[in-house]
Parts: sequence; C-alpha cells; structure tokens
Amino acid sequence: MNYEAVIGLEVHVQIKTQSKVFTRVGAGFGHEPNTLTDPVVLALPGTLPVMNKAALDAIIKAGLLLGCDIAPICKWDRKQYFYPDSPKNYQISQYDQPICIGGLVEIELPGAARNVMGEHKKIPLTRIHLEEDVGKLNHHATDSLVDYNRAGTPLMEIVSEPAMHTAEEAFAYLTSIRNTMIYGGISDCDMEKGQLRCDANISIRPIGEKKLGTKVELKNLNSISYVRDGIAHEIKRQLAVVATGGTLIQETRDYDGVAGTSQSLRSKEMAHDYRYFPDPDLMPVHVDDAWKAELQGTCPELPFDKQRRFIADYQIPYTITSVLIPDRELSDFFEATAQLAGTGRAQVVGNWITNDLLRELGAAKLSLSASKISPANLAALIQQVDAGTLLNAAAKEVFATMFATGDTPAAIITRLGLAAAPTDAGELESWCRDSIAANSKALAEFKSGKESAINAFKGPIMKAAKGKANPKLVDETLRRLLAEA
Amino acid sequence: MSQPAELNIERIAELSRLALTPEEKTRFSAQLGSILGHIEQLAKVDVSGIEPTAHAFPLNNVWAADIAQPGLAVSAALNNAPAQRDHMIVVPKVVD
Repeated sequence: MNYEAVIGLEVHVQIKTQSKVFTRVGAGFGHEPNTLTDPVVLALPGTLPVMNKAALDAIIKAGLLLGCDIAPICKWDRKQYFYPDSPKNYQISQYDQPICIGGLVEIELPGAARNVMGEHKKIPLTRIHLEEDVGKLNHHATDSLVDYNRAGTPLMEIVSEPAMHTAEEAFAYLTSIRNTMIYGGISDCDMEKGQLRCDANISIRPIGEKKLGTKVELKNLNSISYVRDGIAHEIKRQLAVVATGGTLIQETRDYDGVAGTSQSLRSKEMAHDYRYFPDPDLMPVHVDDAWKAELQGTCPELPFDKQRRFIADYQIPYTITSVLIPDRELSDFFEATAQLAGTGRAQVVGNWITNDLLRELGAAKLSLSASKISPANLAALIQQVDAGTLLNAAAKEVFATMFATGDTPAAIITRLGLAAAPTDAGELESWCRDSIAANSKALAEFKSGKESAINAFKGPIMKAAKGKANPKLVDETLRRLLAEA
Repeated sequence: MSQPAELNIERIAELSRLALTPEEKTRFSAQLGSILGHIEQLAKVDVSGIEPTAHAFPLNNVWAADIAQPGLAVSAALNNAPAQRDHMIVVPKVVD
C-alpha cells in the first residue's frame, strides 16, 4: 500500500517590540538573566496586564500580509498549566476568538536546477493568534534554572491547516513565513535567538484515504534545516512502523538535530486540560476598517510578488533574484541601483551585488545598511566601465575602495590613478597596426567572417598600453584598421 | 452534595505538586466536590437570549503605547525565590 504524509505546522514568531505584550518592561534577547522582569512578568499579587498597541498592530499587519481575515472582535483567554516557565500558572493566549482567521502562505518548492524557479503553491492557514511567550528553562544535571527575560514577549502563533505532504513543503513554508515577517518588519525571525520556532504535526495515511492518521507532534525543530530533516526523519519512522505491522501511537517526540534521531517525550501532563476561560483582566479588541486600512498602508510588496516583478521588469535571471529577494534591504538596493544605472544594465548591477557586494559584506561582517556603499556610487562605477574609462580589472579595485571609504568612483579613480589612459590617438593607432601586422592568421580569420578573431589583436595592444588603454577605443580603432587592411 | 464524576483528586494533586494522604484525598474530594456542586447551580440559570460576552463591562481597545520602562533589579526579582544560582531561580529538574 502506498502512503502519503500529512503535515501541519505551528509556527511561533516573536514580535519585535520595545516592551512586553502585557506590561511595559523592556523586551529583547541576549540580556543578563532576569533583568527584564517587573511585577506583572513575575505575576506578583495585585498586578494587572495592559495590552501593547504595537503588538496588536504587528499581528494585524502579519495577518494582512498572509491574506487572513481580521476578526472584528477578539479576546484573550487564560490557558492553565503548571510549569515553572510561567510564574502565573497560566499563559495569556487566544482560544476561540483569534485575531486572524484563515489566510494563505505562498511557497516555492525546489526547482529542477538551482537556476530554475520551482513550483509555487499556496498553503492554507487556520489562524494566527497573539499570546505571551514564557520564561526559559536551563536544564542542568540535578535541577533547572529559570530566566524570565523571555516571559511576556509578544508571540504570534501561526497555525497551518494539515495541508503539506513533504518535508520540502514544510521547509518552503517556514522560509516563506520568515521572509514575509522580515519584510513586514514584524520580527527578525532569528531561529538561534528563538524568535522563530516550529512544531510539526505529522501523520501518514494510505493514498486516497480522507481521514487523518495518528498524529505525532515533533518538537525542538530549532533550525530551519532541522525542520526539513526532522520531518523527513519522522515520516520515514512512521512508514517503517507501519511496514513492519506496527501501530502508531499519538505522542510528542523530541527531535535531536545533531544525532538526526527523535525520541518520545513522556510528558507529565499527558492529556492536556488547559481549562481555557476569558481573561477578566484584558478587554476585548475591536478592529475596524480604518485601523485595517492604516496597517494595510504599511504593508510592503510580498517577496514572491517582488521576485516576479524583478524578473519581468528588469529581465534579470531567476538565480540573481533568488539571492536578492530574501533580503529586503539588498533587493531595494538592487532596484535603486538598477534605476540609476540605466536601461539594460540591471543584470550587471545584479552581478556586482550578488558577487562583489555580498563578498565584501561577508568579509567585513557588515550589514548593508551599516556599510558605506550607495546605489549612486555603484551605478556610477558601472557607467565608468561602460564608457570605457575604467577597465574591468581596475573596477574591482575601485569597488573595494568604494566599499571601504564611501568615496565616489570618480574620486577613487583619480586618487589611485586607475583611469584608462587618455590615449594618444596616434600612439594607439600604431599599436593597433603593429598587432594586426604580427598576426596574419587572425587577420585572415576575421576577414573570413570570424568575429571573435578580433580579440587576438587586443592582448598585445593592452600589453603595449600597460593595461590602461580604453577598451572601447581599442575596439573602434581595430575595426577601422581591419576594414582597411 | 454529590461529588461530580469528573473530579479526579489524584490528578489535581499531581498538577498542584501536592502529596496527599488517603485521608486528605477523601476529605479534599468532598470539599472540592461541594464547591463544584455549588458552582453547578450556575448551569441551571436560563441564559437563552443572552449574548455571550467576555466582559460584563462594555469597554474595548484598552492599551498602552509600546514604550519600554525600567523593570525590577535582579536582586528584587529574585527576592522571593526559595533558591537561586547565576541570577536564576532554581527549580526541581523538570525534564527527563
């Protein structure tokens, strides 16, 4: 019998705010333990939560970007459980009235080759709700240490329908959510910092069967490649259990990405009974059309829409767009430079960015915004090369200097003496004549129509010019003389 | 008042991290059952025709601007912790 896997993902995304979701103490990663707490975070008696407006704006924006319906009315509920990561013994979450309902996440599957766009699909969402993150437990040999810095950080839970069937789809889904949230400025989605976390619900069923099989929840998928590897591993494990006549049990399993194995978690609270009820300390939220429209106005173009536009409008290859698009800043830089560089130069701009700029940024360990490069300077550099006033080899040096200093290419070319030599026409002509005279074979080939034979003459000319001749002038002079020869 | 069938004193004790003696289990079962029975009277109220609401108070959209304020000093935050180490609260090992 042939089986198919059915996968649903629960993705938690921390919202990038200054303060926590229900109190105003600061939120953030990398602070000394327990330095981001206040009486509300620690659930001291008599404290009351107060909603963070920016967290609401962010989740509504996330919902709009993912095509969700924004509920006109939503509320917050208490989810009761006993675990030291929550000092209240409940987490404030949304149970039956989430703020975002439905939605679709566009994904791209791997193409036939790296330079071929893969198939696109839309994965339906169930809902997105806003809750508070919990504290972090650090487990040691005989005890655990609790840090409440993370507790109360605004957290979105994005729940997909069980609509994916392969580990690749799940990987593409998570990548798409991450890119979209980064574009929207909603979260930095750094999995190493816990800003993006993912649990997967996985089951298998005979192909054609409509009913879902026994579900296994896979936890600890804490890098984007662990998501793919962990799910692939779990599907294989389930198929093997069924193939050997075994029965799958509903359980939670912990994936160990380093070992590539998973093991069952014997949870102390087997059957969850969260006893949700509305939080009496928080008032419901009503979202009207004006509020939605205001946030709609702050929504950027979605990454896949931008990619399709770049390919159509700038005629650049898919490979370049697949490097540019995941990084909103980099793709905006490309667009600004391409517009300055002029018609037909977009691919050259793309090449400079994806090769030289990314290499320099990587070597300097800098973000684009922290670097000194500007679209105007890169466009000017490309124009110098096009005009023949700067040779390609020298352009690399100008670029590196431009990256380091932020100076204009013109200033750098003058300072470093890198300009293609202002050639004396007579001298250039005599070099060209010498070169043609010395290579009768190439001359014959060129005369018989072999266009590329012209290149054979250029090496000796450049050598005579010590590499500084304007290649455009060399080409023009050669063609004139060859026509006479 | 009769004890509601769903009251599981073993599980409640486990979740609350309380080690109860058999006598206590019997006693607290009766007491909790009595409270639940009392609450069950609410189920008898006719609420047909009443719109469900999260709040009795007709107030919505209460929030504050996202401006971070100073919090507690670590020493104050950990003041009530029975045990602490490395500026964190020590709890019994909770996994494995």
